[in-house]
Amino acid sequence: MNAQSKIDTAGAERPPRERLVVIGNGMAGCRAVEEVLARDAGRYAVTIFGAEPRVNYNRIMLSPVLAGEKTFDEIVINDADWYAAHAITLVAGDPVVQIDRAAKLVTAQSGRIEPYDRLLIATGSDPFIIPVPGHDLPGVVTFRDLDDVDRMLAAAEKGGDAVVIGGGLLGLEAAHGLSLRGMKVTVIHLMPTLMERQLDEAAGWLLRQELERRGQTILTGANTKAILSADGHVAGIELEDGTRIRADIVVMAVGIKPSTALAKLAGIVCERGIVVDDNMVTSDPDILAVGECVQHRGACYGLVAPLWDMCRSLAGFLTDEANGYSGSVTSTKLKVSGIDLFSAGDFSGGDGAEDIVMRDAARGIYKRVVVKDDRVIGAVLYGDTADGNWYFDLLKKGEDIAPIREGLIFGQAFANGGALADPNSAVAALSDDAEICGCNGVSKGQVVGCINAGAHSLDAVRSTCKASASCGSCTGLVESLLAFTLGGAVESGPQTMCKCTSFTHDDVRRNIVDKQLRHMPQVMQELHWTTPDGCSSCRPALNYYLLCAWPGEYLDDQASRYVNERLHANIQKDGTYSVVPRMWGGITSPRELRAIADVVEKYDAPMVKVTGGQRLDIFGIKKEDLPAVWADLNAAGMVSGHAYGKALRTVKTCVGSEWCRFGTQDSTGLGVKIERMSWGSWMPHKFKIAVSGCPRNCAEATIKDFGVICVDSGYELHVGGNGGIRVRVTDLLCKVETEDQAMEMCAAFIQLYREDAHYLERTAPWLERKGLDWIKGQLFDDPEAVKRLARRFHFAQSFSQDDPWAARAAGDRRDLHSHMAEVRPLHVEYGQAEYAK
Amino acid sequence: MIGTWLDIGPTTQIEPGSARTLPVAGGEEIAVFHTMRGEFYALVNKCPHKGGPLSQGIVHGDSVSCPLHNWRISLRSGEALGEDKGCTPTIPLKVDSGRIFLLREAVVA
Ligand code: SRM
Ligand SMILES: Cc1cc2nc3c(=O)[nH]c(=O)nc-3n(C[C@H](O)[C@H](O)[C@H](O)COP(=O)(O)OP(=O)(O)OC[C@H]3O[C@@H](n4cnc5c(N)ncnc54)[C@H](O)[C@@H]3O)c2cc1C
Ligand code: SF4
Ligand code: FES
Repeated sequence: MNAQSKIDTAGAERPPRERLVVIGNGMAGCRAVEEVLARDAGRYAVTIFGAEPRVNYNRIMLSPVLAGEKTFDEIVINDADWYAAHAITLVAGDPVVQIDRAAKLVTAQSGRIEPYDRLLIATGSDPFIIPVPGHDLPGVVTFRDLDDVDRMLAAAEKGGDAVVIGGGLLGLEAAHGLSLRGMKVTVIHLMPTLMERQLDEAAGWLLRQELERRGQTILTGANTKAILSADGHVAGIELEDGTRIRADIVVMAVGIKPSTALAKLAGIVCERGIVVDDNMVTSDPDILAVGECVQHRGACYGLVAPLWDMCRSLAGFLTDEANGYSGSVTSTKLKVSGIDLFSAGDFSGGDGAEDIVMRDAARGIYKRVVVKDDRVIGAVLYGDTADGNWYFDLLKKGEDIAPIREGLIFGQAFANGGALADPNSAVAALSDDAEICGCNGVSKGQVVGCINAGAHSLDAVRSTCKASASCGSCTGLVESLLAFTLGGAVESGPQTMCKCTSFTHDDVRRNIVDKQLRHMPQVMQELHWTTPDGCSSCRPALNYYLLCAWPGEYLDDQASRYVNERLHANIQKDGTYSVVPRMWGGITSPRELRAIADVVEKYDAPMVKVTGGQRLDIFGIKKEDLPAVWADLNAAGMVSGHAYGKALRTVKTCVGSEWCRFGTQDSTGLGVKIERMSWGSWMPHKFKIAVSGCPRNCAEATIKDFGVICVDSGYELHVGGNGGIRVRVTDLLCKVETEDQAMEMCAAFIQLYREDAHYLERTAPWLERKGLDWIKGQLFDDPEAVKRLARRFHFAQSFSQDDPWAARAAGDRRDLHSHMAEVRPLHVEYGQAEYAK
Repeated sequence: MIGTWLDIGPTTQIEPGSARTLPVAGGEEIAVFHTMRGEFYALVNKCPHKGGPLSQGIVHGDSVSCPLHNWRISLRSGEALGEDKGCTPTIPLKVDSGRIFLLREAVVA
């Protein structure tokens, strides 16, 4: 910059320099001054006020300073010499406290008064502090300036535990730094996904896994209730659900709000930020504003890229070459070493928007590009961000990507490779010995060989040369090979789970167990889901498969449950619900009947009916009343009947040997025992059991999923029946001598069904698909098999036999049952606003 | 959008991937959705098919599957997707500083 010479030569002919006063010695304030100087160095006499007692530095590099990768000196942008060389007066460590617009002067805390011709407000943002009890304790810090970093470093020196509230960009960079400095770090995040503004669920999950692998504890869906103290210093935090976490330091990084207090006080128009026009001029024509403190065309920014654009427009205006700022599109990267993450634009989908997803589980890569009307509108990349800037560029320029669409997701090098843009021709270009399937060491030549030998579907290839039969990450390649080898003649394989995946239900179930997949986003990543978060048919299925594979560990995902299972009641055509309490084996008592009668009257239920499953159904209950109804039923000892669930429904019984003249065994007693054993269990579909006391079969045991027919010499066990549209009579599985054997066989059969059937497949179609012989083989070939299966069932049951109604009646998930608010013509009445536990 | 905005409370009231309801005295009940991807939408809580409560459906992407007969409704436009034809009125919504606002004129219309 040759600013000095310009001042000397031009100074003499010009009128005295205009006084430009800048409030804020941060990134935008100083950049704006640089831009003005570059255009017309002699025009303004500049004074900069800074609240921080130091020169202008690069705030975004505070993260590497905290992490020990940089020193403060290395992140200074303009040192003392710069101010001197440009004759800028820096008033550091003395914040401006008042603007007098009439007299056109500002007053600083020290009492210093400075007149201006033009005033520039660049006060940045204030960290948002959640006003929970204890938020002002010593040891609670924010992450905004060097003093904050120093406070964190002082705490880290002593070691111990750190809690970071907020799993956004800032919070995660703070957590990373503290963890590198030797602290044990827990991140508390309110939303279910880390960095949810920048990442989708899939990428957020990969990030979380990596951070956990590095030793951080990540708690999502966690709401901080209070900050705890000991001896006047922070000692930990308490979450809404009562969990307490030790902490020697608590970092609040929950967000920022534009720093507008000073402008507001001066009567400058502010909304979320200080409102500016395209020249960065506020409601007062002599006052401009720039940086994070402003609101331009409704938008406030929290990243630096927009500041550069704003500063250019502002400087243009101040030097009479206005060029107008029109807003910025932003992209995000996380500055945590070893984690590659990029996000830009709108990836929330929308009408006509289409997702192109590529996942490479072996390399931990997830890429998603959102395309609409042949333009890129958003991108999320994890693991490989090399093409981030390319996508961002396509997005900003709004370029037509139709010609490169096929290869778009593979990146710039590939997409621009002309003929290679078609993945099929890309595969065609591979040499014969190029490896296709890494797991099984299968080359392209071998795959093509087996396709030519008659394997005309993905499944046929998998079962002959084993390519794509293991982890499946080469499925796309094999499909391309099929397509180009056979032209149009590819046979569709067995039905895939849904349009989100090329895997079948069996593949998915097998992979969940073999590869120890424990979370839904993990399944989607490892098995290359082509959508970011699945659909209404795969989500419930995956939720069940995970629940079945990892009892006691997997956390049920309510958002993946059909309404009946989420609300533990059956939705009716008018939007009300029906409530069916369990009546063990169809037996009831005066107390239960009285409680049901009371509920019917108290909640004005229009009907109560005896069901075909030997119990009572109360109809027409409003979702708001459900918890109260359940509380009343619980009080009389009744629990949920799961009439709404893919779960055990009823165990029908007949009166049996206790009363009936033909009865051979205590069918009622056995039915009750079986129901007590199996209630609460989640299944692929509904499951019904019956126990009849003799072959007259009054309980209709031979059209149930599991049926017991009592005979003199013991118990005949029948499986795979149902009523419904296509009635199927059971097959006889075996005969046993004692009740205990009957119960054990029942548990084993249920578990086999739970572990093998497809979601929404009842036992009848399952049995027909697998064959009775297969089922018998699984149970009887190995003498220990029945015991093992029964043991697994009982283990799973130890986690599922608590009444879901009781928790709700006690107040759990009240949000599901209450309105969020109510609107009367002129005002809003807020409902219970608590967030889900 | 010209009109007054009704503050209906904090965004944290609605878990991602679900919806909550807002009865309107003398008007249609409204369902406010929070998608898995963090967006908010408001629609009349009534399926264009047979009036099913959309708030109780499974939310995926930016659509909801009606709990009664599984029609898929776009949360952006209220239009039934796929083969089905019909449309549910949408209510203009904005999120500001962690709170949800609905356009009053549309709410009480
Ligand atoms: C309430 C009840 C009718 C009654 O008033 O008796 C009933 C009501 C419904 N049945 Fe049923 N079924 C009822 C006993 C039966 C029986 C008899 C039985 O269990 O012994 C059968 C034939 C036996 C069987 O299931 O194999 C039966 C075969 C069906 C079917 C066909 C099943 C099949 O595999 O083909 C369906 C449809 C389905 O599940 O997809 C069905 C579905 C339904 C649904 C859940 C329809 C729905 O999706 O909304 C009805 C719910 C009403 C509600 O809101 O509560 N219901 N349903 C019975 C409740 C029993 C209970 O106490 O839990
Ligand atoms: C740790 C950290 C990491 C970040 N990482 C990234 C990143 O990777 N990428 C990215 O794009 N962005 C990042 N950011 C955001 C980026 O730093 C900001 O967008 C940028 O600093 C905003 O510039 P500004 O000038 O508006 O505000 P600031 O840089 O905050 O400057 C405002 C200055 O004004 C001073 N001030 C306030 N009130 C007064 C007053 N009354 N009188 C005098 N002075 C006053 C403040 O003390 C401050 O020094 C990060 C931020 C932090 C804190
Ligand atoms: S027919 Fe039914 S009621 Fe009669 S003895 Fe047999 S089981 Fe009992
Ligand atoms: S009422 Fe919604 S699909 Fe029928």
